Amino acid sequence: MTRPKNQGNSQPRWLFPFVVTVIFCLSVLPLGRLAVTGIVSAMQGGAHQLLSDPALWQAVYDTLTTSFFGMIAAVVLGGGFALLLTLFDVRGKAALGFLFMLPTMIPPQVTALSWIGMTGPSSTLLKALGLAPPLGSPQPLYSIGGIALLYGVQNAALVYLSLRAGLLALPRDGVEAARLSGASSWQVLKDVILPLSLPGFAAGAAIAFVSCVGNFGIPAILGIPASIYTLPTLIYSKFSSFGPGTFADVSLLSAMIAILSVAGLAVEERVLRGRDYRVIGLSGQVAVFRLGSWRWFAEIALWLTILIILVMPLTALVASSLAPAYGVPLSSSTATIQAYEEILFRQTVTRTAFTNSVTLSLTTAFGLLAATVLTGYFLVRGRSRFAPVIAALAEIPYALPGIVLAVAFILVFAAPVPVIGVSIYGTIWIILITYFSSFFAVSLKPVMSAFRQLDPSLEEAARLSGARFGRRLADILVPLVAPAAGASVILVFLIACNELTISALLWSAGTQTLGVVIYNLDDSGSFNLASALSVLVVFMVVVMMLVLELMAKRLPKGVVPWRS
Amino acid sequence: MAKLILNSLSKSFETGGRPAVNGLSLTVREGGFLALLGPSGCGKTTVLRMIAGFEQPTEGSILLGERLLADASEMVPPEHRNMAMVFQSYALWPHMSVAENVGYPLKVRGISGEKRQRKVKDALSAVRLESYADRQPADLSGGQRQRVALARCLVTEPDVVLLDEPLANLDRHLRQEMEETFREFHARSGATMIYVTHDQAEAMALATDVAVMSEGRLLQVAAPEEIYASPDGRLVGGLIGQGAILSLPSPDGDRRLLDWPAMQSLLSTREIGQGNDPVADILVRPQDVEIAAEGVAVSVLSVLFEGERYALRLALADGQTLRAFSRRSVKVGDTLTVIIRSAWRL
Repeated sequence: MTRPKNQGNSQPRWLFPFVVTVIFCLSVLPLGRLAVTGIVSAMQGGAHQLLSDPALWQAVYDTLTTSFFGMIAAVVLGGGFALLLTLFDVRGKAALGFLFMLPTMIPPQVTALSWIGMTGPSSTLLKALGLAPPLGSPQPLYSIGGIALLYGVQNAALVYLSLRAGLLALPRDGVEAARLSGASSWQVLKDVILPLSLPGFAAGAAIAFVSCVGNFGIPAILGIPASIYTLPTLIYSKFSSFGPGTFADVSLLSAMIAILSVAGLAVEERVLRGRDYRVIGLSGQVAVFRLGSWRWFAEIALWLTILIILVMPLTALVASSLAPAYGVPLSSSTATIQAYEEILFRQTVTRTAFTNSVTLSLTTAFGLLAATVLTGYFLVRGRSRFAPVIAALAEIPYALPGIVLAVAFILVFAAPVPVIGVSIYGTIWIILITYFSSFFAVSLKPVMSAFRQLDPSLEEAARLSGARFGRRLADILVPLVAPAAGASVILVFLIACNELTISALLWSAGTQTLGVVIYNLDDSGSFNLASALSVLVVFMVVVMMLVLELMAKRLPKGVVPWRS
Repeated sequence: MAKLILNSLSKSFETGGRPAVNGLSLTVREGGFLALLGPSGCGKTTVLRMIAGFEQPTEGSILLGERLLADASEMVPPEHRNMAMVFQSYALWPHMSVAENVGYPLKVRGISGEKRQRKVKDALSAVRLESYADRQPADLSGGQRQRVALARCLVTEPDVVLLDEPLANLDRHLRQEMEETFREFHARSGATMIYVTHDQAEAMALATDVAVMSEGRLLQVAAPEEIYASPDGRLVGGLIGQGAILSLPSPDGDRRLLDWPAMQSLLSTREIGQGNDPVADILVRPQDVEIAAEGVAVSVLSVLFEGERYALRLALADGQTLRAFSRRSVKVGDTLTVIIRSAWRL
């Protein structure tokens, strides 16, 4: 009989080293490498030239202004939706909530393309309707304001979710007590509900700000034609004109983005902690106010917003994809599906991109699942002192903008991998490992909430039945967390398939992803092909979100991000 | 099979505070049915989990016969202990049918085909659930789930069966039925059984031995009748039976069982002695307090109608309370005289 040491703990001895290795490779190593390069180049004075470049400070200024106004737009949109849908007796809440989430899940470059298709002199949709401004008038979205507006549309759902979570936690009896004290609906809203929901507002605004700072797709499509650069697009352009100082420059630029993001996240952390009113009493029951005769007005306003931020841009996108060429008016006689034939059957680059994106996303989703099931088990069941540190390190890569992570992995893999001497820079492998790092937290979260809900005695019963760890994992644990694991796979697939920021920096010939091809097609003027590909991507996003929506009832709370 | 020995077992958790289990020594004889009785938070579940192998003792050791199961430095993992456990939550695997749940320990041991089916069938018929083999646990009632959990224990002929408050989630009627099933199960399997409960009636009804715990320490181990008749110390006395404990002057000699004349003299010397004498704790059970024409005077503090009788709380002249039963109704504030037929010095 073997008597291994310290087996009161249910974990095999290899689990802790395994988890530490995974977290080290995906989080500590790339971010550490980035920090070291940044500090070294700053100390060697390489920073001086970069910091004295007025283009840099213009980019910082533009990043901050677009992100700030984008945040304001997101707060107005998301806050309005959250308040109306959560607190008032509006009809069709489920449909409105789902549709409001869509712009966030649609890739940013697709959002940008669809809005371009909706405005400006060449808009196919406006031309078909006879509303297009005269030729030669400027495209209004190629501006700071345009970028900020789309940031707001893209990130409104983040504010919505954060505020809604806070509002759902409000106590109904607190509201009822205020009512009995004689307060009118308006006074209750002003004196009780809004002060209590302030942390949700602030946290949502902070997340939206961070997300704007790291956004690449929107400023790449809207900003570069007007020579407006944000920090992520500046990094991209530095890589395009590769020179001896590029690594040092981009590591400093990434560090700047990272600092801005960390500052934003720190604000979120602080407001959520500092203004954490202990909500006492029955929570989870939402106070529903009657709008009375204002209900029609509110409903029309909500649906009108959905029309403007979602339906019209997507209609414009479809119209652009059906037009024979950019700028040609669309009518029943000119409409053609030639663009779809082109991207699906003729262009090898789009087919390669489909294959690459699907392969990368599937490999990331399933590969990560294997790692996150073990990590999630370790974090939830383990009694390790290091668990909180490991959990935090697992979160950081996802919290940071993808561009920072991409730069970090370029720095790690620019030289051949030591010992085996193979260089993976420029291959699909570097994209894969960056995806692993970036989406680790996305994959981990559903699995962890499933493990938390699992009664530990189910596993203990299997131990007493004589099952060793591998056996328990296969027979008991994995089948029981399977629904959440399925959701995790779909979520990662969804996000990875639409991703542009990481692959924009890491692709090379033959390793294009869907995001990169959409961007390149637009860049080379094939607007109808880019639109057609975008339509297919949006279709895929909607289908996968619907699958998750249908699964939601069988999943632990918090797994499907837009269900609360 | 062999006896299970717990040797000055202690367990402290990293969170600090007093140890959950403190220097507990106990021997469970082979084939015995031991009830671990104590209030919640007394450490009884921690003892059970150490026996199962889910927790490692910080001091002391656990032996099954000659075989060392655990001490502070090494331990046999639960999967190699040949034990079985019925959990408070039943711990049935929701994704497996009843037969798969029961057959899982056999599957893990590599027993398959005909032999496994026969054993599963035997185990299910022992708990009268043969016809439920293909159901899912979610389709069963609480009592049926409990019986499936029991069948799962039965199927591998374990050395030790552990039961963690298995009746806590069942209603009163089902409890009696399940108590019967447990007794049957014990007689039939001959396994050593350890049963954790906070319900003294359950412990008395089921076990061959009762161990009383409080604050991580073992207070007394004895057969149910013995522990009821002669509890040791104030804590055990308070926990077993519904008795009241009186502080009275120490009786002479080392007699512990006191009759009415002895009690009468204690009650009367108390009034003279004014508390200078050594004080003893005397346990008086309600069924031994008899309302009579003469005796010691008490006033009625509260009356509770329980259906078959009235339960009274009575106050002695100095304010100490007694509990008693009465066939007829009395009023709060009335003065009665009672005789104490029998009492036990703790």
